[in-house]
Amino acid sequence: MPLPDTTPLLEIRGLSVTIPTPEGDVHAVRAVDLEIGRGDIHGLIGESGSGKTMTGMAMLGLVPKGSRIGAARFHFDGQDLRQQASRLRGRRIGMISQDPAAALNPVLSIRRQIDDVLRTHRDLPRVARRAEALALLAATGLPDPEKVLRSYPHQLSGGMQQRVVIAQALATGADFLIADEPTTALDVSVATQVLALLRRLVAERNLTVLMITHDMDVIAEACDRVTVLYAGRSVETGPVEEVLNRPAHRYTRALLGALPDAVPRGARLAVVEGSFEDPEPGPDPEGAV
Amino acid sequence: MSRLVQRLGWPGTLALACILGFVAIGILAPLIAPWPAQGAGAPNVAARLMPPSADHWLGTDHLGRDMLSRLIYATRVSLSNGMLIVAFSLLIGLPVGLAAGYFGGWVDEALMRVTDVFLAFPALLLAVLMAASLGPGFLNSVIAVSVTWWPWYARLARAEGLVLRGQPYVEAARLAGVSHPRIILRHILPATARPLTVQAALDVGPALLTAAALSFLGLGVLPPTADWGQMVDAGRKFFPDRWWYSAMPGVTIFIVALSFSVLGDALRDRRKGAARASA
Repeated sequence: MPLPDTTPLLEIRGLSVTIPTPEGDVHAVRAVDLEIGRGDIHGLIGESGSGKTMTGMAMLGLVPKGSRIGAARFHFDGQDLRQQASRLRGRRIGMISQDPAAALNPVLSIRRQIDDVLRTHRDLPRVARRAEALALLAATGLPDPEKVLRSYPHQLSGGMQQRVVIAQALATGADFLIADEPTTALDVSVATQVLALLRRLVAERNLTVLMITHDMDVIAEACDRVTVLYAGRSVETGPVEEVLNRPAHRYTRALLGALPDAVPRGARLAVVEGSFEDPEPGPDPEGAV
Repeated sequence: MSRLVQRLGWPGTLALACILGFVAIGILAPLIAPWPAQGAGAPNVAARLMPPSADHWLGTDHLGRDMLSRLIYATRVSLSNGMLIVAFSLLIGLPVGLAAGYFGGWVDEALMRVTDVFLAFPALLLAVLMAASLGPGFLNSVIAVSVTWWPWYARLARAEGLVLRGQPYVEAARLAGVSHPRIILRHILPATARPLTVQAALDVGPALLTAAALSFLGLGVLPPTADWGQMVDAGRKFFPDRWWYSAMPGVTIFIVALSFSVLGDALRDRRKGAARASA
């Protein structure tokens, strides 16, 4: 039996993404370290503008035109993402987007949309592609895949749409999925189901997931490890129980203190000091960190 | 039939019937023309410039040919002229516009600046220049007019491409590794189909008029082949004494151009209605 591969699937050291604008450079990501082991669901949490989505986009090679990506190390399975991102995207790195309704073309059947992806990545005859599409839909826990295959997006509920989007991501054959707020558009009970589904798929198919979210509950529910982002920097990382129970960084503590259940009824919620809106051009708000 | 009326309205249905009628006339020309040989161009000098009569319903031209038969034969040339111009223009304009809109950036800049060059000239002048340098003839006149026509389709297709490329499902398809050509075919092209069919239907009339104008200037088809514009021109020398010579082809052009225009309007309104219903 071969030894299990213990090198991390994703290794990022000192990632920065700088976007030039007419008003000056915006430092969307300043210094992010991220290490994701194979088979992990790794949470990336932070407030709006903390750079979590931009970190994900950088892995896909989809930063705004003219942006500069800097990193001491930016490797996926031993390959440098700075050169290989566009090649890995859609082959080994898949994406599950926030709003499943928008991610599906409203005028094409589900069969068409999954088939397009399968056709791109697998050299299979028509009939086999259909069988594969059915299998993928079934794997995402959709009842009656035959019927879903014939449906159009508007005929499906939000949860079903998100399952279709997940099936589409699996159809690429990717083993690393970037899930950007995959449950934000869903109601709470459906969100729980989708997270459970992701966990099951990770176990069954040997996937690795980067879960981008601003929701502590999602982290607690689905993730193995978590990295906290603040102002474009990774300020804390570790196993979920550890970070949530014994936060080391004061920003993480502040963030946890701001949760509605963290304070007694009627008391004021904690305010995260030094929090800021979308990153603006200018000097690093070093004081806030 | 009633569904068609419901979708296009009475004017649209009549216009469509009219156009289909002319298409049928063009296809069946040798069968329905009262004097097929004269329609094809054989002169009959004994009966020159006769006014409309029982024998020649629309009179005869300066070579004694039956006007009705000439018009029926000219339908083939003029209709295919108008439709081919639109088809050629779509063939050039659609890919150019889709590429410009979908890829954006320097591709867009480069392609649209080229289109602007064509739009910078008055359309008819450019068509006349092209036709004059290519020489007269059916295909040359089609090419000459198409050259002035395609930029409009390019612009229309570009606008659709611009809107659609930002759609999350297009980005999602990109992220899933689906290739550019397939995305354009699957997600962008179908959306351009409706506005472009409307525009194309509206344009056959003006295209046909422009082609007729070229023929009128002697830059279209060569005798003995007839087209409507050329017949108007030929009759000009005998106007107004032999009014029917120019008037008959003129009225025919008018009816056909109007039909296409009405049909285009009906298609556009149907599209609006559909948009309202789904909103």
